[in-house]
Amino acid sequence: MAEPMRIRATMAGDVADVKVLMNHPMETGQRKDAKTGQLVPAHFIQEVTATINGATVLSANLGSGISKNPYLGFKVKGPKVGDKVVVNWVDSKGDTNTAEAAIS
Amino acid sequence: MNALRRNVLKGAAGAGTVAVAVAAGLLKPTQAMAAWNAAAFDAKNVGDAMKGLGVSGPADSKDIIIKAPDIAENGAVVPVEVTSNIAGTSSIAIIAEKNGTPLVGSFSMSGGTQGFISTRIKMGQTSLVRAVVQAGGKTYTAAKEVKVTIGGCGG
Repeated sequence: MAEPMRIRATMAGDVADVKVLMNHPMETGQRKDAKTGQLVPAHFIQEVTATINGATVLSANLGSGISKNPYLGFKVKGPKVGDKVVVNWVDSKGDTNTAEAAIS
Repeated sequence: MNALRRNVLKGAAGAGTVAVAVAAGLLKPTQAMAAWNAAAFDAKNVGDAMKGLGVSGPADSKDIIIKAPDIAENGAVVPVEVTSNIAGTSSIAIIAEKNGTPLVGSFSMSGGTQGFISTRIKMGQTSLVRAVVQAGGKTYTAAKEVKVTIGGCGG
């Protein structure tokens, strides 16, 4: 489960441009396995929380309609170069993953 | 959509996910308040999805800009960018109106986060992509049509 999550955060003026790429199959529960013909059970990221220096800046609820290997981009005004961005997700099976990066 | 899945989803979205996350020390209790909104995400039509989000009769707004392709060749990956120029934007929800479960994601901004979200969504067929923005206790919306070419060769 501990597949890497990639975060890139760069300052543009006084706004931090944060881009997050998560590794996840994002199964909707409606797709059939090509070999067995069985439905592939739903398995997708439900909650994503992003903090900068410990303060929450984004909390997202995702549905199965988000593409495989979800990409999330958002902009935060105010942080400085070197501030720590932490992103955490929880999926529909209760698995979690966390990654962090410094703003550059 | 079978009964088991619905139960699993309900269970996970209620106490399960959050409790596990809190127990694991990964989420502070304050963050865990953004518990997954099963009612809204399981909704099969736009009206129910909005009801699940606690939204009724959002006003059309030209201050919401949805950037998405006019024609998406691959419905599995449709890049969508929503910018809200409405002051005090606190959340943005993205809805693909004709998807089996229309609500794709809802994003709450806090701190200095601006009214901007960029992501990639799945679309089952040609449909309006709708953004629902909450700002200062009011709700605004805008939509853009994206044509999905199924099995298109991109000619």
